[in-house]
Amino acid sequence: MKLRAFALALALAVATTLPASAVTFRFAFQGDLKSLDPYSLNETFTHGMLGNVYEGLTKRDKDLKIIPGLATSWEQVEPTRWRFHLRKGVKFQNGEDFTADDVVFSAERSFKPASDIKTRIQPAGTKAMKVDDYTVDFVLPSPNPILPYEWDTWYILSKKWAEANGSVEPQPQAGQQQSYAALHANGTGPFIITEHQAGVKTVFKPNPNWWGKPEHNFDEVIFTTISNDATRVAALLSGDVDYADPIPLQDVERVNASANAHVLQGPELRTIFLGFDQYRDELKYSNVKGKNPFKDVRVRKAFYLAIDENAIVDKVMRKAAVASALMISPLLFPLAKDFTRPATDPAEAKKLLTEAGYPNGFEVTMDCPNDRYVNDEAICQAVTAMLARVGIKINLLAQPKAKYFAKILVSGGYDTSFYLLGWTPGSFDSWNILANMYRCRDEKGAGGNNNVGNYCNPKVEELTKEVLVEADTAKRDKMIEEAYKIGQEQDWGYIPLHQQALAWGASKKMKIVQRADNQILFYWFRKE
Amino acid sequence: MLAFIIRRLLQAIVVMLTVALIAFTLFRFVGDPVNQMVGIETSAEERAQLRQDLGLNDPVVFQFVRFIGNAARLNFGSSYQFKTPVIDLIADRLPATLELAFVSALFSLLVGIPMGVYTALHQRSILSNVFLAASLIGISLPTFLIGILLIFLFPVTLHILPSFGRGDVVHIGFWSTGLLTASGLKALVLPAVTLGLFQMTLIMRLVRGEMLEVLRTDYIKFARARGLSDRAVNFGHALKNTLVPVMTIAGLQLGSIIAFALITESVFQWPGMGLLFLRAVQNVDIPIMSAYLLLVALIFVIINLTVDLLYAVVDPRIRIDARTA
Repeated sequence: MKLRAFALALALAVATTLPASAVTFRFAFQGDLKSLDPYSLNETFTHGMLGNVYEGLTKRDKDLKIIPGLATSWEQVEPTRWRFHLRKGVKFQNGEDFTADDVVFSAERSFKPASDIKTRIQPAGTKAMKVDDYTVDFVLPSPNPILPYEWDTWYILSKKWAEANGSVEPQPQAGQQQSYAALHANGTGPFIITEHQAGVKTVFKPNPNWWGKPEHNFDEVIFTTISNDATRVAALLSGDVDYADPIPLQDVERVNASANAHVLQGPELRTIFLGFDQYRDELKYSNVKGKNPFKDVRVRKAFYLAIDENAIVDKVMRKAAVASALMISPLLFPLAKDFTRPATDPAEAKKLLTEAGYPNGFEVTMDCPNDRYVNDEAICQAVTAMLARVGIKINLLAQPKAKYFAKILVSGGYDTSFYLLGWTPGSFDSWNILANMYRCRDEKGAGGNNNVGNYCNPKVEELTKEVLVEADTAKRDKMIEEAYKIGQEQDWGYIPLHQQALAWGASKKMKIVQRADNQILFYWFRKE
Repeated sequence: MLAFIIRRLLQAIVVMLTVALIAFTLFRFVGDPVNQMVGIETSAEERAQLRQDLGLNDPVVFQFVRFIGNAARLNFGSSYQFKTPVIDLIADRLPATLELAFVSALFSLLVGIPMGVYTALHQRSILSNVFLAASLIGISLPTFLIGILLIFLFPVTLHILPSFGRGDVVHIGFWSTGLLTASGLKALVLPAVTLGLFQMTLIMRLVRGEMLEVLRTDYIKFARARGLSDRAVNFGHALKNTLVPVMTIAGLQLGSIIAFALITESVFQWPGMGLLFLRAVQNVDIPIMSAYLLLVALIFVIINLTVDLLYAVVDPRIRIDARTA
């Protein structure tokens, strides 16, 4: 008996003094976690990281389906009034109760001038109203059937905490004052940030009072930025980190050949595509003077047919990409299977160019980033070579993203004739694509703000407006399909290339959930 | 002497202003910071407003004068990326860079000098030839390649030493040090060797050359004729006289070790100033870039000033020059 008690005491002592089983998950990403304020930068990585700490009214599950988050259920009381029932008994990490006041506060905060997520609650003019402590109504000026689609990354902040710490407004981008919320976090989510050194490392500890049931088995999570590709891969191979993202395509085989790590590849939602300036009367960067060849649908189609996307997928992307017929990932649009890419046909392309009046082709400058997407510059080089076969001479201008975006986007006055760009619809819905890419815009960018080449068709414009308010899903999908049919198969407005693949490197000890939107939500990860 | 110092200081101010001006002109060509600060869906009006708020629409001369005015008061503004005062960020990263620089300088001296002495004394031995051949690698291979090779050899293949970062650090006041923890010391080895390798070979070759020179001089012959031991001649007389130019070079090199640590820092994800600067360039974070460049210019100015003053102390000819000028 005595012996048993002694053994028990010994076991207890060992258990308490030696937390040898403490599981630490270390991971590395190429970019920095710049701010802990979830309203200050609308960017996938930031949203994903903060999604481990903060929560929205809705969440998205492992397959991106919308599931209840801080709201347990919601309904449309009428087309312009949505009612959200909030989860009871939820506490912020500083111990405050989560109530309707926090939701109303967070809605208002998202509209503030310094917020980078102003479009989360659409349309503009929507009001959040407290019904009781656990019910909030959203009153819309016009119907929006996809109101909560982006709310998984509209995180709810504590009103009292923000007010007490001078963080009622997100930190202004140009501000000189340091915002408390940029360096501290107080969410309702599964993890608490215990240490944050911007640009160096961030330490997370599990939230013992989280309302959900944890799937992870971590006692501590340490995030480090490793911007150098070779170092990141080395850190994974040497076991210094359990997870590294992204793995460059040329290192995938090497990682897979190693004893302790492997690469998880899966489709990503971003579509890489080419666009044309279809707006200016004369191209800014071309030897064709007095007219714009890209205004001619035959020229656009010829470009499309001349580019061998399968070769790009095979050779440039090393098969880590899926050729796309649409500007949206097939994972996000149920009728995408009705669309196929026409086969590459240089002869037909040549014929179309001749018909359009360019039997000997022409010269045009192509803008391309060289540090933004997977192998972006190499894709542009392949396109250059393929177009040369039909007589088009491309002068390739590949630049770092800082220069590239400044030139081709609205801030640079859409200063391009032919460009490569990638796009992920933030709402995971086609309306985002139509509104950003297919809607006409004026010179200042009003309308389709990211429609760089200003593709414009009144019929598509009309459909875009209808899609925004149509509540019947089947009917809505049909409208979207029609818009895509016109935009792609009739007008050849863009050349969608592919969805690149995610390449996450993980230790073989890890169980990883890879979501197609590339958010790193480690509350689903486990380490054996 | 005082006039000499004042003149030097005035020159230093001119240098700093020139660096600031050149840096400022270059920033115009790095790209648009606004695009790096907001998400892609941010509207044109908001971007325009932000440009206005940041003062990017003002004439460059205005921006420059404003920058110099603020810099003189040690106010470098807030980082565009981190929304944190730049001075805090640099203060946070400075210890990492300085520690790395001093350790690698120490490494290059402690290894370089004995190797130089050895190769000078035993010119024909096999080991000397090995040292000299190896030093060619140090001189000719670029730093980042050496770093990657070391990472591949030690952490990845042999599974010793960490591949990145600084390990655990201990905070003493405002200073964070990795020298007091086992993981911090381990993390220091590879970056310090990478950074110090070039200096080490430089010092080794310098010591060898100087030593060969000195060994031929008359006073060494006399020392030998006096029947002094080899040890006393080689180390007591020859090495001592060799070290003067070595110390000058090592001192001047310290500045470049600090300034050019950025490549080593990027390879090893060493959280120092260089890495901060490199990331700032990628993200067009102008406040960090300008502050860093000024700081590096300041370090060089201080080192050069110190060396100049020491010369003046050591070499009377310079003092006489200064007096007549």
